[in-house]
Amino acid sequence: MDLNFTAEELAFRDEMRKFFRTEIPESIRTKVLEGQHLTKDEIILQQRILNKHGLAVPGWPVEWGGKDWTPVQRYFYADEIQLAGVPGGLAFNTSMVGPVIAQFGSEAQKKKFLPATANLDIWWCQGFSEPGAGSDLAGLRTKAELIDGQWVINGQKTWTTLGQHADWIFVLCRTDPNVKKQEGISYILCDMKTPGITVRPIQTIDGGHEVNEVFFDDVKVPAENIVGEVNKGWDYAKFLLGNERTGIAQVGASKARLKRIRELAAIEPMGEARVLDNPKFREKLSMVEIELKALEMTQLRIIADEKGKAKGRPNPASSILKMKGSEIQQWITDLTMDVAGPYIMPFAMSDEGSGRNEVGYGPEFAAAAAPAYFNKRKVSIYGGSNEIQRNIIAKAILGF
Amino acid sequence: MDFDLTDDQRLLKDSVDRLIADRYSFDQRKKYMAEKDGWSRDNWAQFAELGLLGVSFDEAYGGFGGGPVESMLVAEAFGRGLVLEPFFATVVLGGGLIKRAGTDAQKMAMLSEIAAGTRLVAFAHVERASRYNLADVQVTATKSGDGWVLNGEKSVVMHGDCADTILVTARTAGSRRDRNGIGLFVVDAKAEGLTRKGYPTQDGLRAAEISFANVRAADVLGDPAGALPIVERVIDEAIAVLCSEAVGLMHEMHVTTVDYMKQRKQFGRAISEFQVLQHRSVDMFVALEQARSINMFGTVMAGDDDAKSRSRAVSATKVQIGKSGKLIGEEAVQLHGGIAMTMEYKVGHYFKRMTMIEALYGSTADHLAKVADSGSLFA
Repeated sequence: MDLNFTAEELAFRDEMRKFFRTEIPESIRTKVLEGQHLTKDEIILQQRILNKHGLAVPGWPVEWGGKDWTPVQRYFYADEIQLAGVPGGLAFNTSMVGPVIAQFGSEAQKKKFLPATANLDIWWCQGFSEPGAGSDLAGLRTKAELIDGQWVINGQKTWTTLGQHADWIFVLCRTDPNVKKQEGISYILCDMKTPGITVRPIQTIDGGHEVNEVFFDDVKVPAENIVGEVNKGWDYAKFLLGNERTGIAQVGASKARLKRIRELAAIEPMGEARVLDNPKFREKLSMVEIELKALEMTQLRIIADEKGKAKGRPNPASSILKMKGSEIQQWITDLTMDVAGPYIMPFAMSDEGSGRNEVGYGPEFAAAAAPAYFNKRKVSIYGGSNEIQRNIIAKAILGF
Repeated sequence: MDFDLTDDQRLLKDSVDRLIADRYSFDQRKKYMAEKDGWSRDNWAQFAELGLLGVSFDEAYGGFGGGPVESMLVAEAFGRGLVLEPFFATVVLGGGLIKRAGTDAQKMAMLSEIAAGTRLVAFAHVERASRYNLADVQVTATKSGDGWVLNGEKSVVMHGDCADTILVTARTAGSRRDRNGIGLFVVDAKAEGLTRKGYPTQDGLRAAEISFANVRAADVLGDPAGALPIVERVIDEAIAVLCSEAVGLMHEMHVTTVDYMKQRKQFGRAISEFQVLQHRSVDMFVALEQARSINMFGTVMAGDDDAKSRSRAVSATKVQIGKSGKLIGEEAVQLHGGIAMTMEYKVGHYFKRMTMIEALYGSTADHLAKVADSGSLFA
C-alpha cells in the first residue's frame, strides 16, 4: 500500500495544473470558484481552448481525440481541472452523447458528430426525463414512430439542462409499446431547429434559468438519426448514466470550494473577530473536510481497482461517490451561507436569465450563497437520485 | 499510488485471517473470557508463534519488521474476531513506547520478550482528572539515589491487571499540565508499594486501577523530563491501530446484519425485502467504506515524522471512524431488533467494543476540535 504517486504521475499532474491555470482565462475560473453561472460564450470559449490542446474529451476513444491515459492520469485531469475552476467539456457533449456515439453509432454518425461535439460546434442537450418518468426513467412515454422513412416524435421531455443553448438533443423515445418497458426504447438524435420542437424555460428555486421543458409535436427526424439498434436505447442510456455517476463525485471542485470558504471565513468579520475564529464554524468546516478526505480515498480505491482492467461496466461502488459527493457539495453551500450570515437575504434576480443574484449589499460572494444552496439540492436528485443509488448498492453489492 | 499488499503482507493477512477463523468463533471467545485472565494464554502463545506479537518490531529484537500496514492488517482481523488478548496494551502501546523511547539494551531486553510472548506490558497514564490530556500528569517521580520513586494513582489501565511490566507517565518537574517535566518509567508489576485492582470493561476486556506508594521504578525510558512528544507519537500510532480494529468491527457488524436480514422473516417474507431496511443497511455500507478509506490515509500518515500533519490526519481518521462506528453500531442493533439486545448474540458485543473505542484516546468531539484547530486537511 503506497499513497505516494510516481514521479511521472506527479509530472503529469503539474503539467495539467499549469495548463489549466495559464491557458483558461482567469475571469472564467473565478466565476466557477465563486459558484456563479457562466455565459454560453464563456463555456464555448474554454471548451475550444481545451479541444485545441487535445484536452476536451480524454475519455473518448483515441481515434476520436481521446487519451490512452491510466486511471491515475484520468484522476489528475479531473482533479486539476476542478481545482483550477475550469468548467471543462460540456458534460452533455463529452460525458454523455459523445461516448455513446463513439461506442454504438454508425461511422457516418461518428464523422458527422464527434469532431463537432468535441469542439462544442454542436451544443447537445439531454432528452431523458419526462413529467411522468423521473427515477423510473424506463417508464418514459415520448414516442417515435417510423413513418415514410422518418421518425415522427411526439411527447414531452423535462429538466432539459441548458436546452435554451442547444443545437441538438439526444432523445430516448418509446419505439415499441408492446414489450417490457426497458426493451422498447430507442436513442434518437434530433436537430433542435426541427419544426414542432418547443422549448419552455423553467425557473428554479434559486431564481435561475438552467432547465427547460421540451415539447415534441410531430417532429420529423431522418431515419438514420437513430443510434445503434432500434429498441436498444435503454442499454445505451445505462452505459451513459455510468459515465455520469463518476463525474458527479466532484472531489476536486469540492476541495476548491472549501479552500475558498476558508479564505472568506478568515476575512468576514464576526464581532471583534472573524468567522473562522468561531470554533463551532471551524468544526463544521472540518467535518466536511474529513468526509471529503475519506471520499477522495474512496475514489482512489475505485481508481486503483480499475488499473489493468478493461473499461467496462461501472463499479457499483461508484454509487458511493454519487451519494457522498452530492451530500458534500450540499454541505459546502450550507457552509458558504454560514460565512455570509445575514447577507444571504437580499434577492435581485436579473431578467435576462443570467441566473445571477445581482444585489449591491454586503460582501460580494454573499449574493450567490443562498441561490447556490437552493440550486445544489438538485445534485442528490439528478443522475439517479440518491435513493436510486441506494437501490443499486442494495442489489448489486449487498445482494438483496 | 496503489492499495496492493506485498507478498509478505499477503502471507501475514492470510495467516491472521486463518487464525481468527480457526480460533475465534463467538462460542470459542466466550470460553476464553471465562479463563482466569479473561483471555487465553494458549492463544497468546499461538500469536507469538505466528510473529504477531512482534509485528511492528525490528527483526533484531525478534520482531516481524513490519510497519503501519502490517499492524493495520492484524488489528483489522482482530476486530473482526473481537479478540480479547492484550495485543493492544502489550504490543501496540507497551512495545510502541519501548521501541520509540528505549535504548538498544532496553529494546533488546523487553521487545524480544514481548515478541516471544513471555512479557506482558501495560501503559498507565489516565488519571482521575486528566481525561484525554496526556500532559495532565499528577503522579510524581522523585529522584532517590540513582533511581526514581513513584507516588500517585492511575486509572483505567488497559490490561493492567495481568501485565508483568507497567509503563507509567510521572511528573519529574513542572506543574500539573506542563508539557515539560514528564518521564516514562518502567515499573515491575510486583514491585513493593504497587497495588492494583483489576476489573472487566464493558467490551469484555480487562483493565485496572493502580496506585503507587513509594514504588521504586525499575528503569526509565528516555529523558525523564521530556517523554511527552514520544508518548504523543506512540498514541497517534496506537489510535491508527485502534481505528483499524474498528474497521474490522464495523465490517463484521455490517456483514452480520445483512446476512440476518436475508434470513429473518416477518410478514411472510425476509425483512431484506423491505426497502426502508435496505436503504438503512446501504447507509451502513457507505459509512463503512468511508471509514475504511480514511483509515488507509490514517494508517499511512501515522508513520509521518512531522507531528502536526501526523496528529491532524490521525485525529481526522478517529473522527470519521467514530462517526461511522456509531451509525453502524446503532443501526446493526436496530436492524436486528430484539435479538441484538441479548448477551447471547454477537452483534451487541461488537457494538460495545466499538463504543469503548470511541472513548479511548479522545472522543469524536475531542478529535474534531483538534482537527478544527489545526488548519485544512488539504495542504
